[in-house]
Amino acid sequence: MSITTDTRQALPVGTWSLDPVHSTIGFEVDYLAGAFRGQFREIAARLDASGETPVIAGSAKVASVDVKDENLSAHLQSPDFFDAERYPELSFESSEIERQGDRLTVRGGITIKGAERPVELTGTITDPIADPYGGERLGLKLETGINRNEFGVDWNSALPDGKPSLADDVKLTAELQFVREA
Amino acid sequence: MKVLAISGSLRSGSYNTQLLRAAEELLPPEVDFVLYEGLKAVPPYDEDDDVQPAPPAVAALRGAVAEADAVLFATPEYNSSIPGSLKNALDWVSRPPATNALRNKPVAVVGASTGAFGAVWAQAELRKVLAAIGARVVDGEVAVGHAPTRVDEHGRLEDESLQEQLQETIEALLDEAESRSLILA
Repeated sequence: MSITTDTRQALPVGTWSLDPVHSTIGFEVDYLAGAFRGQFREIAARLDASGETPVIAGSAKVASVDVKDENLSAHLQSPDFFDAERYPELSFESSEIERQGDRLTVRGGITIKGAERPVELTGTITDPIADPYGGERLGLKLETGINRNEFGVDWNSALPDGKPSLADDVKLTAELQFVREA
Repeated sequence: MKVLAISGSLRSGSYNTQLLRAAEELLPPEVDFVLYEGLKAVPPYDEDDDVQPAPPAVAALRGAVAEADAVLFATPEYNSSIPGSLKNALDWVSRPPATNALRNKPVAVVGASTGAFGAVWAQAELRKVLAAIGARVVDGEVAVGHAPTRVDEHGRLEDESLQEQLQETIEALLDEAESRSLILA
């Protein structure tokens, strides 16, 4: 089918740096009777679409995990979860980016708690717009699912019926705004 | 390297304290061993009292944990769990959560009981509590059941396989402390 090829577009050429204030890297996992969400305050990312193979790379500081309770934040940084002292950052680097229309598929490796695993993120791209500050920016919204046990983030607590209180599958989300580098 | 040893039993002839003394014998000569002896003086946790300066017994405990490179716990089992006095002391040390003295501290748990099972449930409970506090709990279990028959009059473990398990647990604890000191350096 030629349609796929026809609608496939390149990423906007250039190098793009993250606007961390207007970007979010977060996670969502089922806990007890609902979903629990958190995000990382200190994040970094760069999109380099200047060469033949565009690359997105990013990281988040574990110590900056932002949840609504300081005890929980402390627990998340402990060896039970992310082990921030030993593994201060989560990181991602793409190996391949595919674009079809405004849809993106990004494959690469994600590293959590020192363990790197292949991952595929899917989402959308918002093509460059002129912002009010004289810059040019584009947006990416990406998400993926991982099994936290594969990264050694395996804490759990049993419910009275013996089932685990915290799900294994975690959704990771990234809403990233990039500004064209001068 | 300094190892703080905390026994969950207050009794003067405690098998758990003897187990810690047996562990001391197995430490390399360059490792300092400090047996904590202030557990009985720690007051019941009360958030109203959890202010600066902390009650003296609490400040001493927090200081002892902070100064140690690793902590070795020995716990008896009371009603399928750890003694209230030990849990109470840990609750004090766990505050404030983000900077508590046990956070990231390498710790190991062993236990002795007069019954058959060597305080295995209490040990599991203690590992759970320590992990929740943010400690770095090393693998390894030493369950000294029927303690009166396994510890001689000098407090030495008479059982070779238990002695080996204790040795392995201590080595795992010291390895963890060593690797942490390299990260912090």
